[in-house]
Amino acid sequence: MSEPVSFLGGRVAEGAVTVRDAGLQGMITLRGDLAATKVKNVVKKVTGQAIPAQRKALVEGRRGALWMSPDELLLLVPYAEAEEAVATITKALRGVHHLAVNVSDARAYVTVEGAGAAEVMAKNAPVDFSAAAFGAGDFRRSRVGQVAAAFWKDEAGAFHVVSFRSVGDYVFDLLRVSAEAGPVGALS
Amino acid sequence: MSTRLASGGRLLNRGRALEFQFNGKRLMGYEGDTLASALLANDQMMVGRSFKYHRPRGVVASGAEEPNALVNLGKGGKFEPNQRTTTTELFDGLYATSQNHWPTLEFDIGAINALFARFLPAGFYYKTFMTPRPFWKHIYEPFIRQSAGLGKAPKDRDADTYEHFYFYADVVVIGGGVAGLQAALEAGKAGARVLVMEQTADWGGRAVVDGVEIAGKPADDWVKGVVQALEKMENVTLRTRCMGAGVYDHGYILGYERLTDHDPVLQGPRHRLWRIRAKQTITATGAIERPLSFAGNDLPGVLLAGAVRDYLVNWGVSVGDRTVVVTNNDDAYRTAIALVDAGLSVPAIIDARPEGAGALGAVAKAKGIRVEEGKAIAKVKGKTRVTGVALCLQAGEGAVIDEIACDCVAMSGGWSPVVHLWSHCGGKLKWDDAQAMFRPDPARAPTGADGEGFVLTAGTSSGELGTTAALADATAAGRAAAKAAGLKPKTGKAPVANDVDETPMAAVWLMPQGAGAELKMKAWLDYQNDVKVSDVQLAAREGFESVEHTKRYTTLGMATDQGKLSNINGLAILSQSLNQAIPQTGTTTFRPPYTPISMGAIGGSARDELFQPIRKTPMHGWHVENGADFEPVGHWRRPYSFPRKGEGLHDAVNREIVNTRTNVGLLDASTLGKLIVKGPDAGRFLDMLYTNMMSNLAIGKCRYGLMCTENGFLTDDGVVARIDEDTWLCHTTTGGADRIHAWMEDWLQCEWWDWKVYVANVTEQYAQVAVVGPKARQLLEKLGGMDVSKETLPFMQWADGTLGGFPVRVYRISFSGELSYEIAVAASHGRAFWDRLLKDGEEFGIMPYGTEGLHVMRAEKGFIMIGDETDGTVIPQDLGLGWAISKKKDDYLGKRAQERSHMADPERWKLVGLETLDGSVIPDGAYAVGEGHNANGQRLTQGRVTSTYYSPTLKRGIAMGLVHRGPERMGEIIEFPKVDGTSVKARIADQVFYDKAGEKQDV
Repeated sequence: MSEPVSFLGGRVAEGAVTVRDAGLQGMITLRGDLAATKVKNVVKKVTGQAIPAQRKALVEGRRGALWMSPDELLLLVPYAEAEEAVATITKALRGVHHLAVNVSDARAYVTVEGAGAAEVMAKNAPVDFSAAAFGAGDFRRSRVGQVAAAFWKDEAGAFHVVSFRSVGDYVFDLLRVSAEAGPVGALS
Repeated sequence: MSTRLASGGRLLNRGRALEFQFNGKRLMGYEGDTLASALLANDQMMVGRSFKYHRPRGVVASGAEEPNALVNLGKGGKFEPNQRTTTTELFDGLYATSQNHWPTLEFDIGAINALFARFLPAGFYYKTFMTPRPFWKHIYEPFIRQSAGLGKAPKDRDADTYEHFYFYADVVVIGGGVAGLQAALEAGKAGARVLVMEQTADWGGRAVVDGVEIAGKPADDWVKGVVQALEKMENVTLRTRCMGAGVYDHGYILGYERLTDHDPVLQGPRHRLWRIRAKQTITATGAIERPLSFAGNDLPGVLLAGAVRDYLVNWGVSVGDRTVVVTNNDDAYRTAIALVDAGLSVPAIIDARPEGAGALGAVAKAKGIRVEEGKAIAKVKGKTRVTGVALCLQAGEGAVIDEIACDCVAMSGGWSPVVHLWSHCGGKLKWDDAQAMFRPDPARAPTGADGEGFVLTAGTSSGELGTTAALADATAAGRAAAKAAGLKPKTGKAPVANDVDETPMAAVWLMPQGAGAELKMKAWLDYQNDVKVSDVQLAAREGFESVEHTKRYTTLGMATDQGKLSNINGLAILSQSLNQAIPQTGTTTFRPPYTPISMGAIGGSARDELFQPIRKTPMHGWHVENGADFEPVGHWRRPYSFPRKGEGLHDAVNREIVNTRTNVGLLDASTLGKLIVKGPDAGRFLDMLYTNMMSNLAIGKCRYGLMCTENGFLTDDGVVARIDEDTWLCHTTTGGADRIHAWMEDWLQCEWWDWKVYVANVTEQYAQVAVVGPKARQLLEKLGGMDVSKETLPFMQWADGTLGGFPVRVYRISFSGELSYEIAVAASHGRAFWDRLLKDGEEFGIMPYGTEGLHVMRAEKGFIMIGDETDGTVIPQDLGLGWAISKKKDDYLGKRAQERSHMADPERWKLVGLETLDGSVIPDGAYAVGEGHNANGQRLTQGRVTSTYYSPTLKRGIAMGLVHRGPERMGEIIEFPKVDGTSVKARIADQVFYDKAGEKQDV
């Protein structure tokens, strides 16, 4: 069998704001009652994280939990562990109504980093990206340009953008063009 | 002569001269000039021709309200028509040409229209050109098109880039004059997140030109101080060259920032569209001076009095050595005083008010200026520029008392607050009789979701024309906005200015008030669209009582300036003609944008490869590298076929089909929708969504299913696989993936919210490859890893396993009628798996095929295609799909609708196959004609083609179609007329043309 290849194949656009393919990332859609103890436990077991609050991301390296809706999380695990993590969840939630499915390959995953990253995001997503309104660990399921996307900000101020795989080029190029256009000077 | 003065011009940098071209002439200006000020500095008084009569027109204003001085700007990819010279900052190398003239600006043939002005009255479109009818198309319209339109349409691709920017603020202040700055200061001090937008390059607005003193300092110094204070506040963002373009529902504001227009050498986007959500918006948009309506008020050299002052103070430009000021208010006296102070001549101030002006009148008289009170201009003298004015009594009919030679007329009919942005989202106006103006009614502000107002006005735009009053109003507005945004405003006194006592203005709508027909026909209201006082009066006489109707009938205010100068004067004339008060007539609707914004800014970065997202499968790169001929399917690009070098598209399709039916073909089926439906109620849910049973599908098996809307119409189809006890995988059509996912969520969230079902769209998780053809099994066996024999993996079953080391899920389903495996592999392995199949398949003669091959093969098998055989009016019963409709189920979506009499009617058009007698291909979309005609004299029809192809397998044309009582008429011959006048005859047949028994797919 071959080595898996991310849709963007490691593309990088360096600049004051750098846009890069974050590579393969294990992702699991988990739907269920997020208040249920069994759900909480298995999320902790698989990602090391608690259930994130509304519009929040709890991420540490390649593991994390992202709040997608009142009954849906996107779990992050290393790419190679995704199938195993789904099996772990399925086993732990036997008898509990839920849905856990590996969506690692259905995604393009892009990082936007550097001073001015917030403005690059603000050129494309209808979200208040001021530091006061969108801090580290804040998460939105929104859009980038004309396509659906979810994103969060980490402690270093970088943004992590998840989109569907098929539009990976579009998302990457949109962010690249926005970065190349230079700063607006309106968001710190 | 208009010229540059030896000194003066607060915005000029005389140290940096700039060269530019106007109509091929090389001219010089300075940094800080607008194109208008630079043209005037070069004595270019005439800058264009009017729309209808091609009258010579010059600069009339100094800002966004300018109706006349529009030019074609730039060349090639930088070309843009209708650019206002007054808001175009001069840059080195600027290239402009005047508009709407032929052959030259100075000698224009269209000006002959003016001689026929009598025949081009208000509404001339509607009356003059009515008959005879054929003349409209062949004579009138071409003539009107020829003479209509100001600028030229760009021909080249736009060389610039644009972007959008989303921004959120507590308080947005639109306008950077003293009121806007004061309001921003108050909101900023309260801690609000503030955005201030000023449309020009400079802060301060009118106050800095008028020599006002604020808080004991010249306005210029006060403005600098406040701007510095605002710059220091981290919560305040300041933007010049950024116009507040529109105010919309829910505090949505559009800002239009022009980043490189003033210096196109700069890198980066040309325009940025700010898409803002504001809790509160303050419009501090100032006021626009009104022209006076007297004969010849459109001659080059007749300007607004404030504009004459602007050109003098800001740009050191004298429009003429001798300027006659004509006014109905005190403010215009400032122009006269400024001109005299600059050493220029003011032969007279003509004041329509018998009592004249207040303190400023005394100053003017003390400077020796002749002031004619109670007087008016009977007419302006001159052909292409002003040479003098004829004086008369304002109270009379225009008998000339005196003639005064001059080069410039500075007119002022009073000021109208800029209420546009206040009004965009429903802010109401009230009429102020004393100042003869519509001003915002704070009691009826535009309201947000909470029913409270979200727009405030500040300063002159509130109708406060005095500086002290404007600053007090702005202070209050800044604080009120901060408070409404949830902050605590500071207290303290508003700054005070050195206002002088002014005599009230007098409403003067026509000059002289008793002007007769001759004069009124030369008294312009709307310069850009050539609407005169006489036109509006005619409209009133002809019964146009509504201001909106009059606008459209006369075209008053319909030009690119949207009536910024003409609106109030026009509706005052209309009111007089209708004998009603002005507020009874009301205004026309103010719509965004405030001034035109570029199409580029609206598009933002959505151009070229980013115009529309293109969805790509994991194998997209291979398709590109191998010359695929793509077709759009939704946002996907799918290979239609893979033509080889020198091979026609049609031949390529035939080759791919023949090869698939004899060897093995490969199809990229990744775009097919894949929805996981899971939960204890999933079976019950799918039984409702599909017309057939899905709950009883055995684990490991596949079943073809149909989905209908509540109205019974077929909306999607696909193969469903039962994965485990409570999990199903539903394949949808390519275009249906997102739609059906949303459809499922809709029913689960809104109707059956207590059913325990979750849905996930995993379409893009998998690369799906169809391996199709008699040698498909041999190929998979060569890859090895799992048993793909008929015994272990029979038709309509699926299995998990590995092939060639790739973890796969293999579905034994066929859309071609051949032995077929659809293989799902993780998308990140998709390309490698595809490459492997091609490599290992070489010995079996493998070839990829595209969507056209897919379509033809399914048609040969008589399989329907959503979108071909269905169009939103077709039910499964029409397509002979009754076998896929469960009779056992109590209900499914569409069941009751399909029982309606019309749906169950045997007269419906139903699906059949069509064999042409001559073997040709019936044209796409052809209709079969019936006997007789309908009530409209049209030939009756009895059927239509839904799919039609050349079948390389059968070597003849095949088609499917919906035919009246089709299945009962097997063997009958019907006729399809073609567009070339001939027709093609076809025999009604079974729609399965190939392997009716289905033996080839089940091996």
